[in-house]
Amino acid sequence: MSPVLSGVLQFVALFAALALVYRPLGDYMARVYDSKKHLRAEKWIYRLIGADPDAEMRWPAYLRGVLAFSAVGLLLLYLLQRVQGALPGRLSLGFHSISPDQAFNTAASFVGNTNWQSYSGEQSMGHAVQTLGLAVQNFVSAAVGIAVAIALVRGFARSRTSNLGNFWADLVRGTVRILLPLSVVAAVVLVACGAIQNFAGIHEIGQLTGGTQQVNGGAVASQEAIKELGTNGGGYFNANSAHPFENPNAFTNLFEVFLILVIPFALTRTFGKMVGNVKQGYAILGTMVLIWVGFTALMMWTEFAHHGAALQAAGGAMEGKEQRFGIGGSSIFATATTLTSTGAVDAGHSSLTGLGGGIAMLGMMLGEIAPGGVGSGLYGMLVMAIIAVFIAGLMVGRTPEYLGKKIGTREIKLAACYILITPTLVLGFTAVSMAMSGPPGQILNKADGSVLHSGAHGFSEVLYAFTSAANNNGSAFAGLNANTPWYNTTLGLAILLGRFLPMVFVLALAGSLAEQQPVPETAGTLRTEKPLFAGLLVGTILIITGLTYFPALALGPMAEGLS
Amino acid sequence: MNNSVRSTARMVWAGLRAMLVLTLVCGVIYPLAVTGIAQAAFHGKANGSEVKADGKSVGSELLGQSYDLDKKDKDGNPLPDPKFFQPRPSAAGPNTENTQYKLTVSGASNLAADSKQLLDSVKQRRSQVAEFNHVAPSSVPVDALTSSGSGVDPDISPAYARLQAKRVAEVNHLPADKVEQLVEDHIDGRLLGFMGEPHVNVLKLNIALRKLAQG
Repeated sequence: MSPVLSGVLQFVALFAALALVYRPLGDYMARVYDSKKHLRAEKWIYRLIGADPDAEMRWPAYLRGVLAFSAVGLLLLYLLQRVQGALPGRLSLGFHSISPDQAFNTAASFVGNTNWQSYSGEQSMGHAVQTLGLAVQNFVSAAVGIAVAIALVRGFARSRTSNLGNFWADLVRGTVRILLPLSVVAAVVLVACGAIQNFAGIHEIGQLTGGTQQVNGGAVASQEAIKELGTNGGGYFNANSAHPFENPNAFTNLFEVFLILVIPFALTRTFGKMVGNVKQGYAILGTMVLIWVGFTALMMWTEFAHHGAALQAAGGAMEGKEQRFGIGGSSIFATATTLTSTGAVDAGHSSLTGLGGGIAMLGMMLGEIAPGGVGSGLYGMLVMAIIAVFIAGLMVGRTPEYLGKKIGTREIKLAACYILITPTLVLGFTAVSMAMSGPPGQILNKADGSVLHSGAHGFSEVLYAFTSAANNNGSAFAGLNANTPWYNTTLGLAILLGRFLPMVFVLALAGSLAEQQPVPETAGTLRTEKPLFAGLLVGTILIITGLTYFPALALGPMAEGLS
Repeated sequence: MNNSVRSTARMVWAGLRAMLVLTLVCGVIYPLAVTGIAQAAFHGKANGSEVKADGKSVGSELLGQSYDLDKKDKDGNPLPDPKFFQPRPSAAGPNTENTQYKLTVSGASNLAADSKQLLDSVKQRRSQVAEFNHVAPSSVPVDALTSSGSGVDPDISPAYARLQAKRVAEVNHLPADKVEQLVEDHIDGRLLGFMGEPHVNVLKLNIALRKLAQG
């Protein structure tokens, strides 16, 4: 069997597995968020929180819940890293406290569901920070993302009310009923295949030629499971999912891609169910799948063709790739991780072909919506759908509607603000970094700069970093030495603004939609459940992204890919 | 104003309590439960798939290791031991942040596809591997010329293992066909026939080789 055919078959198997669980998982999640009943464990949790899970919230209250919870998480994770040096024994493994700028960056990164890592896990984070800090945020930041998406869906589903549900109930249910049980199953599968799961310290094992080597212990499988399921992406080890202890074989590789994609895709079914028309969910799903399949095909094509002088000389694009995954498995992973807001990597993205790196970057620039992060992918795509019906409305001179709700001035303003945030952050911060004469930029004279390469790839490293941060992805062209006060601080800010500002607009949008009275469907209503609309949506996404980022892409990956 | 301050304070207080409760659930109960299951059901795997040969620990099945001589070349790099099958090049680095441990920090080279530095290393590796194994430079496979994603890739391609068989047989005074058969026996095909790429676990192959050489 040729490697290309093997890659295609792996994709087909992945597609089939996702299709198989799409309906049951999507329906289950709809029931979770629509249910009036509370599990006994949940009642205990509500009592400890001191919140009434049945109290409906208006959008400002819901937003305050999101922000308060995330702010507390940010502070606690920051403090935990800052006191690491004082923690005893295995809790710290003897590692130092993390410096203030790096601790801020890491806290922002994990609370913002980004998991950008300017540290190397195996040499800086003990069991306490990994398990009590980072892994916990993997769960709750994902649950917050889904909660905000569900609030927006309720905005479409409900009418003449300002109530969007209860944030604490959505947060707890997402964690307890969806993420935890799936993670337990996934973690056990990963251990069965060879991922490690222990609380040993750093210990010595033998070598065949004599002597010993030191290796890490760690609760890796349990963290790996939620790292993928919650579209987080923060690796236990520096090499992330390329490390055999995180991703031991070709099956786990595909399984991890499955975990990354399963919730974001299934949420379109949840959306369809909750708005009472599953076909609307299928149109959104179709749009996501079309982009995902197209990007994966492009990625495989360019990686198998291995353009680039060094890869041509080597005879294949295996730099930064693991033998057991090969080019096919690594291309599937790289596309899925950048089209969702995951950012886990099973290969060095910096060593992808020039165009492959560009595809990874473009995947993030679409706004992480195909299928995107857990929750954030769905609300990002729904905002795009609003833009698409608005454009269609302009073409026929009719007030646009979506799912029976009028898209008026207020709605379109909120949607427009939403899509302006990340480009502003990405292009603004990249430009400032490049313009600085000191170490942050220094592309042309890389001697005292952070970038590893000069020229186009050096620019790509910086552009990739801010694209990854502002879109809450977390993967990197890791040649960039991002552990400097400048990058730790600016990337941390890009993550926080890129995560929480959009949520403000999404929740405001949800509030304004929920208050409307539904307009009855007429012969002139745009049929948003039809393939034609999915096509229009794909076009809208590509045009908006293209117009925004083309100049920047031309300077980086395109210049590199064409040279 | 007073009202909204009070309600925000209430939210923050609830947020703090929620954070602590969920830390208990997701950060203590969940990892301990998974560790319990893992240690009970998959003890060896959960602890790093350690391999023993002749009663001694010789490494982890999942981690690549180096098979070098004590001698170094003029640049200070250790010379590969011709008695053993050699792994892929590695970009993993030493522990720089906390030097109480001699850990290998996993990672890739991150060099770009058109990087001059990568091009030079590929060319250099091609001639080194060809010379080391007494084969034509054009026959050296790609995995021998490129460093892996983790820097601790435990595997090489069947082509790279086959290429090394003759040299290994010579140095160990073994019949070439026996070593070649050993390589064929250690090829792990694609999982279920289609997942991943065929590979050879270098540690397992070298353990079997040592056994063969010791008779």
